[in-house]
Amino acid sequence: MSQGASGHDHPHDHDHPHDHPHAEIAQAERPGYYDIMETAVRELLIEKKYFGADEIRRQIEVLDSRTPALGAKVVARAWQDPAFKARLLENGRKGCEELGISFYDDTHLIVLENTDTVHNLIVCTLCSCYPRPVLGLPPDWYKLKPFRARAVSEPRAVLAEFGTIIPDDVEIRVSDSTAMVRYLVLPKRPDGTQDFSEEQLAALVTRDAMIGVVPASIQTGSVQ
Amino acid sequence: MASETLQDGVPMAGIVFAFGEQPIFRPGDAVRILTRTPVGHYRVPTYLRGKRGTVERVIEPAGVDNEQEAYGRNAGAKRHYYRIAIPMTEIWQDYAGSSRDGLRIEVFETWLERI
Repeated sequence: MSQGASGHDHPHDHDHPHDHPHAEIAQAERPGYYDIMETAVRELLIEKKYFGADEIRRQIEVLDSRTPALGAKVVARAWQDPAFKARLLENGRKGCEELGISFYDDTHLIVLENTDTVHNLIVCTLCSCYPRPVLGLPPDWYKLKPFRARAVSEPRAVLAEFGTIIPDDVEIRVSDSTAMVRYLVLPKRPDGTQDFSEEQLAALVTRDAMIGVVPASIQTGSVQ
Repeated sequence: MASETLQDGVPMAGIVFAFGEQPIFRPGDAVRILTRTPVGHYRVPTYLRGKRGTVERVIEPAGVDNEQEAYGRNAGAKRHYYRIAIPMTEIWQDYAGSSRDGLRIEVFETWLERI
């Protein structure tokens, strides 16, 4: 949509005072075709009073407040609390709402549980339907045609490219979200985490695990 | 019509439902996704036209018809979406993987026929 709001793209460990010299932050390249179209349509809609600039800004704030950390909390709670997990699988949206996560886009949510016999993968072949209320914006690869086409035609090959080998005796279920329902994968709880706190568990749950392209793992855990 | 009973199968005497109010398919029903190509906006991907599957669950509550909504006709009539289970081998003849692998997609009632 717009240039990154944070202003700087270089990695920071923030152990130095923030007064070092800076190149001027500026848009160096000409805006592309779609940038110009987005600006034109936005300005027209504002001019015709369909909505105001403040509503657009607010919606960007809403989207920015949604990150995979929310989904990770939902998953960790489900791993810790069997009654919550049952409610979550029965009605994903209500389960998330219990934790204070609102569904500003009025979509439904079905939570798909990975087990020893079933592995779930989510995709939107039409465009980019994604459980934004609980995960935020989708990764770029999720919206690109190769993933969208191949996830439904050769899911095992796609998963293998993510390093995820699914044994032949495990059924793969690909959920193509194209209308009003969004999906969230509830990964299998990694072995050796019996004594983990909910917070420690949440740190193991990555965005990609909740899309279903990788398992949750005790090694790879890091939210974002 | 399947509209004489509530979801849990308990009949409620004297209640008459409006057309389209109750789901016409139930979990386990065998269905085919219609092969049609309307002009305008709808949410059924081309690769699934004509494919056969099974109703896995009824999505509640009923949703607006995208085809009508795109033309602003009273925001569209409401009908049910169904989560349809389709074997991968039904979609791709040369599918590489387990014959149990499958696709799931929600399809609007007007795009399904009973088989």
